[in-house]
Amino acid sequence: MYEKVIYEISSKGKKGYMLPPQDVPQYEVPEKYLRKTDNHLPEVSEREVMSHFVNISSKNYHIDKGFYPLGSCTMKYNPKINEAMARLDGLANIHPYQDEKMVQGALRLMYELQGSLGEITGMDAFTLQPAAGAHGEKTGLMLMHQYHRGRNDLKRDKIIVPDSSHGTNPASAAMTGFKIIEVPSNERGGVDIEALKNVVGDDTAGLMLTNPSTLGLFEENITEIAGIIHGAGGLLYYDGANMNAIMGYARPGDMGFDIIHLNLHKTFTTPHGGGGPGAGPVGVKEFLKEFLPVPMIDKKDETYTLRYDMENSIGKVKSFYGNFGMLIRAYTYILTMGSDGLKHVSEMAVLNANYLKENLKEYYQLPYDILCKHEFVLSGKSMKKKYGVSTMDIAKRLIDYGYHPPSVYFPLIVEEAIMIEPTETESKETLDEFIKVMITIAKEAAENPDLLHEAPHHSPVRRLDDSGAARNPILKWQDIE
Amino acid sequence: MFPYIPATEESKKKMLEDVGLNSVEDLFKDISHKVRLKGELNIPKHKSELEVSSYIKKLGKMNETTEDYTCFLGCGAYDHYIPSVVDAVISRSEYYTAYTPYQAEIAQGTLQTIFEFQSMMAGLTGMDVCNASVYDGSTAVYEAAYVAVASNRRKEVLISKSVHPEYRKVLKASLGAANIKYIEIEIKEGTTDLDDLKEKLTKDVSAVIVQSPNFFGLIEEVEEVVKESHENKSLVVMSTDPISLGLLKTPGEMGVDIAIGEAQALGIPLSFGGPYLGFITTTKALLRKVPGRLVGMTKDVDGKRGFVLTLQTREQHIRREKSISNICTNQALNATAATVYLSLMGKEGMKEVAKQNYDKAHYAHEQLISTGMFEDSWEKPFFKEFTLKYKGNLKALKEKLEENKILGGFHPKEDYQALENHLIIAVTEKRSKEEVDQLCTIVKEVE
Ligand SMILES: Cc1ncc(COP(=O)(O)O)c(C=O)c1O
Repeated sequence: MYEKVIYEISSKGKKGYMLPPQDVPQYEVPEKYLRKTDNHLPEVSEREVMSHFVNISSKNYHIDKGFYPLGSCTMKYNPKINEAMARLDGLANIHPYQDEKMVQGALRLMYELQGSLGEITGMDAFTLQPAAGAHGEKTGLMLMHQYHRGRNDLKRDKIIVPDSSHGTNPASAAMTGFKIIEVPSNERGGVDIEALKNVVGDDTAGLMLTNPSTLGLFEENITEIAGIIHGAGGLLYYDGANMNAIMGYARPGDMGFDIIHLNLHKTFTTPHGGGGPGAGPVGVKEFLKEFLPVPMIDKKDETYTLRYDMENSIGKVKSFYGNFGMLIRAYTYILTMGSDGLKHVSEMAVLNANYLKENLKEYYQLPYDILCKHEFVLSGKSMKKKYGVSTMDIAKRLIDYGYHPPSVYFPLIVEEAIMIEPTETESKETLDEFIKVMITIAKEAAENPDLLHEAPHHSPVRRLDDSGAARNPILKWQDIE
Repeated sequence: MFPYIPATEESKKKMLEDVGLNSVEDLFKDISHKVRLKGELNIPKHKSELEVSSYIKKLGKMNETTEDYTCFLGCGAYDHYIPSVVDAVISRSEYYTAYTPYQAEIAQGTLQTIFEFQSMMAGLTGMDVCNASVYDGSTAVYEAAYVAVASNRRKEVLISKSVHPEYRKVLKASLGAANIKYIEIEIKEGTTDLDDLKEKLTKDVSAVIVQSPNFFGLIEEVEEVVKESHENKSLVVMSTDPISLGLLKTPGEMGVDIAIGEAQALGIPLSFGGPYLGFITTTKALLRKVPGRLVGMTKDVDGKRGFVLTLQTREQHIRREKSISNICTNQALNATAATVYLSLMGKEGMKEVAKQNYDKAHYAHEQLISTGMFEDSWEKPFFKEFTLKYKGNLKALKEKLEENKILGGFHPKEDYQALENHLIIAVTEKRSKEEVDQLCTIVKEVE
């Protein structure tokens, strides 16, 4: 297998580019502004560059190759038409500072997307600026801050998060200047209402909630929770990274949420790109609209404009207008699926998840044995105790069978957690094969635990030395050169 | 019925039976009727690929593009040439349909690419450590400010008014909520006013943020800023255009603590402002304060070289509210694009492209001045972008240029009231002498 780092195929004088001849005179750069040090870039031909990246790409697992049941991460198929649309000249080659009249198509696309997202979620207004889910959270929390400040309600400095929440929730709150209060989950995976009542008060800025939660469970007491938070003068924030479980069945806007974000790179099929880019639009109820970041996209008659004159706006959260390329992909998807298709998506995502859950619970522990939504969490706790096989070992063994492992060790409240999300884009046949493999692994754990300890056996590299990497960080080629 | 969903009526029926439910509706019985959506979502029903693509294409055709127009617009988004190999690589499913590389054994493609990105960006900026990207140049500014505040625990951030106005707005909004004081440094003749900086440099100042080449294209006296700031034990953050580093003195050479910026210029399309690529590079001293992902080189159990996400205890999924930043999904695919771009250009190509930008911008500057219709806003060294004052009616000029399919530059008066009638003009390697000459010819035709 190809083993090289690009610097190892570099040699002085090779070139992967050709510029047009310089047709203007040379101009002198003042000596004191000149770079004197080596730029440490490789020297490689075009063909070598292409083949290098193709060769290392083959060591990646990816959704177009196979099943990728990463809970919370929502790896569904990325439709190819989305890619084609984002690359159209009319959409890829426009400058953010062109006059509004030259970019009416782009503004219209964004305006219509805002409208669709509003309808899907039950929110009144959207900003498309945030670049990812966590960025949306930060934006939403800034909106909360601005709202309370606007009412001169200055002691609200606490954000409540359930212990099952995604790590970005508390991190975003801390980054926005809030203190974090964690509430425990109850035995059915929901928010513990008594504990919640004990921590809300006149210093509560708001509660951040994922619903369905990161356990894949719909919050049964959502209206009661909304009542508690609103009663205390706080706001309710919805982490809508995973809207794919309830589309067409329920809307956060109708459940009492005031602010939400969506991950277009999950529910709305924009690809993950090995870690991004994403897009995390934020929706709010009417009373918070005045605080949204500028510019807002407005429509008057048939003309679209960028509106900056918003006195109470939080300002800006990102330069320009958001990850437009991702917005094109998401809107293409929404148009393709339509109201009926999106509802069908949630139905199948939920059916697939419950099907896997029911068929696996005999072999792995199921901490919450109730109807789940788009994902569910198993625990490898007893397997660890009985055979010394950890959830990580199970995950690594799945690689040998040709699957990407589910999310592991998340949420933190389930010991040895294995979080599975099949999504609607998988067939029953695929799920049946996966079930078979999971059962085989459970048997292997009992019979031959070392097989799992040493897994994966058939991957481009085997288990890597993480602690060595952290102890002696080699973060660039120059560090070993 | 839906091409992305493989379920058949029969498989659905079997699965429902298997889980002990009678109907699809039953899958949602945990959602109380109080919060159930009554009726259908009020958006149109599904459409075929043909219908959708004709509609999106129609929206695209409503825009004027840089294929039809000659683009002299810059200000943080640049019309650079993108070699074909860049899209050929990032269009591969192996890269764009993969997730964050949490399972290292089957994500070596992404991990190694990020490692090479870190290597190249560290090399280009002359810094020790580069992260695996943040959202864009504007959010890189606040991430850098948080790094500084986390490292020296001071509570004020100074930023020069010559930094991109949008970056400043993003920083201001972010710090405002987090109770960190945001203070601007005045500009004098288009660059950071060093006297004003000295005056504002108190013991509370955590970081001083400058941009070079700055918003007007001018090269700043960063070394002076570093000297003053370091004497005050404040950190220096420099935002920079990576293309300029093929030619100009690097943040590393000038003693900057945190170099950040927008790397859209490295092979990423204009795309109406995003997705772009923010980067953060720091000195070794700040390694454990770097936000987001870092990839490290290591070995597997057989002693074979491999790559992993490392130092993850800084990150939100482990440390939650105690993490350095909240960043999770970032801009990995765009980092891949930049890595391919930098690989193609290589050592010499980056020097050459930077010099072409410099020369072409200087040629355009000289020619525009010689039309007699412009004067220099400030006579200071610049890189690929420069600011001129127009002597005539700016609106008439803009219209005339548009008629001739030219995007003539950015008028910054919204953010700089004193710059009524000034234009910021960007000239990349894509602009030919002929295009520059045509711009000047048209300028001469405007009354
Ligand atoms: C439940 C939940 N919330 C928030 C996030 C953060 O979103 P992003 O990674 O786009 O910042 C994610 C995804 O990682 C998530 O699954």
